[in-house]
Amino acid sequence: MDWNLTGDRPIWLQLSEQMERRILTGIYPPGSRLPSVRELAAEAGVNPNTMQRALAQLEQEGLAKADRTAGRQVTQDTAVLETARRQAAQTIIQTYFSAMEELGYTKAQAAALAGEEET
Amino acid sequence: MSETLITCRGLTKTYGRKTALAGIDLSVGRGKIVGLLGPNGSGKTTLIKLLCGLIQPSAGELAVDGKPIGPETKAIISYLPDRMYFANWMRAVDLFDLFRDFYSDFDHERAIAMCHSLGVEPKDRLKTMSKGTKEKVQLVLVMARKAQLYLLDEPIAGVDPAARDFILRTILTNYNEEGTVLISTHLISDIEKVLDEAIFLKEGKIMLHETVDNIRQTQGKSVDALFRDIFRAQPLEGGEF
Repeated sequence: MDWNLTGDRPIWLQLSEQMERRILTGIYPPGSRLPSVRELAAEAGVNPNTMQRALAQLEQEGLAKADRTAGRQVTQDTAVLETARRQAAQTIIQTYFSAMEELGYTKAQAAALAGEEET
Repeated sequence: MSETLITCRGLTKTYGRKTALAGIDLSVGRGKIVGLLGPNGSGKTTLIKLLCGLIQPSAGELAVDGKPIGPETKAIISYLPDRMYFANWMRAVDLFDLFRDFYSDFDHERAIAMCHSLGVEPKDRLKTMSKGTKEKVQLVLVMARKAQLYLLDEPIAGVDPAARDFILRTILTNYNEEGTVLISTHLISDIEKVLDEAIFLKEGKIMLHETVDNIRQTQGKSVDALFRDIFRAQPLEGGEF
């Protein structure tokens, strides 16, 4: 999974969103150790201070926790992970509805079409 | 150790009747990567040369690590000039020996390791190297020191975009974490995401000194886009040939 950074928003915010996505999609599974700030910063080609701030945000959200010795770990708290997953899903759904609205579909029509696609 | 690494007060440099720096006030902290951004002739190289002690200010004060520019500050500054200054008959390893003699913080083994990761053969003579390879050697010399302040004058101007990424990564993974890196460039989009702070210079004055994330937050655009807005030259209109 590549890092995708756009120009219009703070970099740390985009990094923390993409780290969150990596955690939710299992690239970094629950309880696993996250790479160090330096490694992640080098991988993304960003300033270590910026990556540090992104990881601090993950800690704030409870998705990662700092260990005194072992760096940072992904949380094993399933409730926290489920809440984050649900939030990410909401965002995708909102994006879908607003794109469909632009095409001229009502919310109900959009939902019906999505339901048909399922099978 | 003082809190700020670079302090300028009313720093002015004139060349004859031409003013290169017009009384700038600036303080830069430690452990940061700072972009010194401005169009050609805005005073970037002049500021860097003043910090190195290569030229003297016409007026104002300048201190690095709380000390006036002199042997003590030169010992903690690692400088990448905007041009080559090495003899062509030398090999990269000869330069490493020279640097080891001059600077106690030069790490010879690290320099060799960096050469290998950059694809440079340390025993080749400079004469046989391409422009881009010579620039890599120069970068290795500068980054293999454990300095407090790295002054990089246009480090990515002469190389292709793929090598640019590689060079930026080399800077990112090799700078001393308590040290500050000051990079002058006009290729902003290439280096924007490695910067903590941006300093905009225009006609010898500081237009803006702000963190990159704050610029994006408050302006809703990248530093590159803001730079283009601020420095957009007005095309000459109405003329007919």
